[in-house]
Amino acid sequence: MTAGELVCPAGTPAALRTAVDAGADSIYCGFQNATNARNFPGLNFTPQELGKSVEYAHSKGARILLALNTYPPAGKFGLWREAADLGADLGVDAFIVADMGVAAYIAKTHPDIRLHLSVQAAAASPDAICYYVREFGVKRVVLPRILTIPEIREIKAEIPCEIETFIFGNHGLMVEGRCSLTNYATGLSTNMDGVCSPAHLVEYRRDADDGMSTRLGPFTIDRFGPQESAGYPTICKGRYVNSEHPDGYYAFEEPISLNLSRLLPALMDAGVDAFKIEGRQRSRAYVKKVVAAFRAAVDDVRAGREPALADLAALTEGQKQTEGAFQTKKWR
Amino acid sequence: MSDPRETFAALWGRFADLPVPLLPLQPVLYRIVRRIAARHPELFDRLGPHQRTNFIIDLTDLPLALHLRPNPRALVFRAVRKDRLPRHDAHIAGDVLTLLRMLDAEVDGDAIFFSRELEITGDTEAIVTLRNALDDVEGSIAEDVAAMFGAAGRMALRRMRDMAHGPQLESV
Repeated sequence: MTAGELVCPAGTPAALRTAVDAGADSIYCGFQNATNARNFPGLNFTPQELGKSVEYAHSKGARILLALNTYPPAGKFGLWREAADLGADLGVDAFIVADMGVAAYIAKTHPDIRLHLSVQAAAASPDAICYYVREFGVKRVVLPRILTIPEIREIKAEIPCEIETFIFGNHGLMVEGRCSLTNYATGLSTNMDGVCSPAHLVEYRRDADDGMSTRLGPFTIDRFGPQESAGYPTICKGRYVNSEHPDGYYAFEEPISLNLSRLLPALMDAGVDAFKIEGRQRSRAYVKKVVAAFRAAVDDVRAGREPALADLAALTEGQKQTEGAFQTKKWR
Repeated sequence: MSDPRETFAALWGRFADLPVPLLPLQPVLYRIVRRIAARHPELFDRLGPHQRTNFIIDLTDLPLALHLRPNPRALVFRAVRKDRLPRHDAHIAGDVLTLLRMLDAEVDGDAIFFSRELEITGDTEAIVTLRNALDDVEGSIAEDVAAMFGAAGRMALRRMRDMAHGPQLESV
């Protein structure tokens, strides 16, 4: 059984301190630019804030993982290079990368700092993962959320690096790092500009029946009844109308959150080294509650106790939870 | 003995139906926002261009709304009538307790949006930015504000929290 490192999100310095105090083993975060996949307004860290946060985390025995997990467009690589150099100067413990060019730069320039392969790289086979390990010295792969636990166990047996899996947050069934839905609707790229459904193009409208419509750019992507739980304004979670479904249906995914708290023992037994909680865009309240719940659960599993599982349903999208493909690929 | 939550809820409900004279509130609100700005200047860096955005905060259980423009050089925070809202870019609606709990990081903004306790319209980016900036403020803004009004302020805050959570132990 692995140690089950708890990898927690932070969108602000206050959230980072909250995560550390709630029991995070490591915290992932990003700069205030397109070098990370949560380039949202008012979120993320200035270099000064990151420097202080690294000091705080290290003083409490926690580690900082800097997300540089977007893909540099042609002619703009300098921004990613500068972010990597800055992160190294500030003492981060690892870089989370998706792009091979960024991985190669860090492997060559900062060889003493760990490289983690982001889920944005969508590496789901032993061959792909071994390539990254061999070429760039990747120490950990964050697996896509499309694998069952038996499949994870098989992959673990064939790769020479650590495995990290998501345990709470977005269900994430898209081929991550390849999604162009936002690009199609808005002209901005999730994978290069770092923002899925950019907030300045999201609009919520109150309907005549006291319901709510969600729009992204020129498209209405969902409509909620007055008492109906809402979800994020992403195209993949939208409901659409066609001749077969005149009242609308979820064409891609549903607003539902992944929650693997019940599967922690099985995941640790399968060789998962680290557990990722999603939510850099979420509040300190979310970070505190979710991190504390999973800290207690992981500690219980480590100690051979039945994990006490806190009720996190109120924090889930659509107020619904799933174990997704980890339990079965027939989840829907 | 009557439940203090019921008593306060009844009073609160009656208050919500009364026409509120707004003028006496304005200097109090201005004092509050000045205090928050003085104690948390870093908040404005996160707001960036939305320092100039006009927000309406619609208190759904009170007969008034709040107009906020978080420009540190020309702060606006005032009570306005719901039927005479000033021009604004972003509109946030929720009951007082829910908004206070979000302000103090007791509830997650996304979660109360999912559950429809929080309604937003207008400039979504401005609202997301404001939420993120406020969430980076550690400590309790509500307690800071309550402390400005001494024992009465602290008691009012405690009563409001009682309504949300049930009665709390007195702090020692």
